[in-house]
Amino acid sequence: MIAEERIDELIDRYGGKEGFLIQLLLDIQQEFNWIPKEAIQRVSTRLQIPISHIYRIVSFYKVLSLEPIGRHVIQVCLGTACHVRGGPRILDEVEKQVGVKAGATTKDLKFTVKRVNCIGCCALGPVMTVDKDYHGKLTPDRVKEILTCYD
Amino acid sequence: MSRLESPVALERLRAELRATYDPAKPCIAICAGTGCIALGGAQVVAAVRKEVKEHGLEGAVEIRETGCPGFCEKGPIVVMYPAETCYLQVQPGDVPEIMTRTVEHKEVIDRLVYTDPETGAQAVRESEIPFYRYQLRLLIGDNIKIDPKQITDYLAIGGYRALSKALAEMTPEQVLEEVKRSKLRGRGGGGFPTGRKWESTRDAPGEPKYVIVNCDEGDPGAFMDRALMEGNPHSVIEGLTIGAYAIGAHEGFIYVRQEYPLAVENVMIAIKQAEEYGLLGRNILGSGFDFTITVHRGAGAFVSGESSALMNAIEGKVGEPRPKYVHTSDSGLWDKPSNLNNVETWANIPLIITKGAEWFASIGTAESKGTKIFSLVGKVNNTGLVEVPMGTTLRDIIYKIGGGIPSNKKFKAVQTGGPSGGCIPEQYLDTPVDFDALTKLGSMMGSGGMIVMDEDTCMVDVARYFVDFLCDESCGKCVPCREGLKHLREILNRIVEGKGKEGDIELLEEIARVMKDASLCALGTTAANPVLTTIRYFRDEYEAHIAGKRCPALACKELVTYYIDPSRCKACLLCLKSCPVDAIEGGKKLVHVIDQARCTKCGSCFYSCPPKFGAVRKLSGEPVPPPLPEAERTLPSGKSRTRGEPA
Repeated sequence: MIAEERIDELIDRYGGKEGFLIQLLLDIQQEFNWIPKEAIQRVSTRLQIPISHIYRIVSFYKVLSLEPIGRHVIQVCLGTACHVRGGPRILDEVEKQVGVKAGATTKDLKFTVKRVNCIGCCALGPVMTVDKDYHGKLTPDRVKEILTCYD
Repeated sequence: MSRLESPVALERLRAELRATYDPAKPCIAICAGTGCIALGGAQVVAAVRKEVKEHGLEGAVEIRETGCPGFCEKGPIVVMYPAETCYLQVQPGDVPEIMTRTVEHKEVIDRLVYTDPETGAQAVRESEIPFYRYQLRLLIGDNIKIDPKQITDYLAIGGYRALSKALAEMTPEQVLEEVKRSKLRGRGGGGFPTGRKWESTRDAPGEPKYVIVNCDEGDPGAFMDRALMEGNPHSVIEGLTIGAYAIGAHEGFIYVRQEYPLAVENVMIAIKQAEEYGLLGRNILGSGFDFTITVHRGAGAFVSGESSALMNAIEGKVGEPRPKYVHTSDSGLWDKPSNLNNVETWANIPLIITKGAEWFASIGTAESKGTKIFSLVGKVNNTGLVEVPMGTTLRDIIYKIGGGIPSNKKFKAVQTGGPSGGCIPEQYLDTPVDFDALTKLGSMMGSGGMIVMDEDTCMVDVARYFVDFLCDESCGKCVPCREGLKHLREILNRIVEGKGKEGDIELLEEIARVMKDASLCALGTTAANPVLTTIRYFRDEYEAHIAGKRCPALACKELVTYYIDPSRCKACLLCLKSCPVDAIEGGKKLVHVIDQARCTKCGSCFYSCPPKFGAVRKLSGEPVPPPLPEAERTLPSGKSRTRGEPA
């Protein structure tokens, strides 16, 4: 059950400034690990924005998710520099180790695997992040060892 | 800290800060940019702090966590002042030795300094390292000198002097004139003359006006803006404030992509500190000029980096572009005149105001002035950020600064301009890099991504990669881009899978022409550039894929088969054990064979075969030789054994 009060607190942070809807949704995503239906409904009521408009925004932006994501988010970079340095092999290995394809979350909600188009660590390709941790100059054999560090 | 009420107060503070600076005091500067953090830099910082404390040197030795100096290939990077000794690839375990030998006894640790891979010559000082020596680091050079979370560092090296000069000694018109005379062109990709853009916004009817920093840096392979925004956010804030003054804006936005959390953090700290010091907010430095900045985080959409799309995103809408026949300088954010520029463009402004338009225009080529930061990545020895004058050749960047191609592989192409750009082959390596020269070759400068490719890169796959990326990122609003990309992808996928047909190349070109003519925004009109340049310069690769069902680079999975050369196999079992589907037969002293029917072409065997044997080969466009009979596969000296059978 999503606490309405918490959504209200997040909304009130912006003090009625214009244009903060996407910032608010980012905060909700960070708080709850996804954008629950109840949150969309509360935001719609408070800000008098149609649900369809909010849904359009959530479905447009990759960071915002309409489904719960895992405790740990693995982002495998497939930017051009990482691609030429073997990024796809890293993704293959991650998918193999975690057991789900990119874009999916494990049943136990431990890991979500995402492909990202560029993390900005291009000089260290191939790169992946797990939560806030960056792992650069990767080889497929290091993937398993890195993932065991996350509960 | 009380607000600085005047330029005199600012200079007084600067003098005080410099007076407390002791050039002889040891300072350990550790890069705390995202790149070095990814290589364990945070642990190095922690180790340094611990060692300094244990040696009782707190207060006597300064520790500075800095912005990214750019030599990312060799991170984590530590520079020790005053000697400017530069240590590369530092690990926490090196720190005790660094404290004792270098900090206390001024000795140099040879294994940590730069060593030229060919000559063995060492470069101890940062400025002597070839990667840095051939650059002109007007923008990125300050990153190692400052802690981006400390405004006082920026002030001590001369920060906000340009803003002070602009507000106290120049009118807005004079500032605008100076930027126009510098001939600065936008660094985000469009290359539009910055002064003209500012003038259009300034002259457009309507209030309020807005200024915007585009730090959405979506081009894969580019991270110049990340390094500037993380490493020296004040340089961008200062440039933006000067621009606001010239244009007549009092509110600014900095749009940072969500994938850059450290940049968001550092710029928000910088804004807060600038406000505390009276360098932002009301009545800046007593000039009467008010200006505030809000940071807006992106939410993961490449197309939102397009200027009109970005403005839609700031308004809280879906980040889709609008038709550009109405310029955003006339009607942008909330339909008001808005000036958007890239991070690097804004960061150039303080330099132009301090040193003058003539100085700036003396650097570069006739139509492309100043320096440009490139992110030199991919198949190159020295990856990182390279800042050079416009007009430097691709060859100098890739070979002199970049150190050439690793593992003695052959250079094939360099991709510039991100998904809007193109691939440039070897015969054009002596092209001077500037806006117009790259456009003539079918590519573009773009934001500065420079991805080097070697003989193992398939150019058809590169085109397919970019089209795939853009298909994913297209907002879908206009038919030429949405449907055009979909069909380009379908055709390219068929080609790399060995199902290409005659006429495919011509069809790709036709679709590309329509997209160029009719797409709503630059994502669509330039989307076909990677396809067009690879067809222009590497048509033979397309033809090999289509007619010969062959991938010359041996990269396309469906067109490659793996084969173990029996004359080279030493039956070491490594590939056999690495195979995830048990498709390799063999044993100790029994040469291994791949069962092609079971093989999934994952490549594990290829990568696990020791280089000294090099027995696993990739074949393309030719039949796999049939396996030798088992009797002929036994290696001499020793009984053959199949896996699992006891000795």
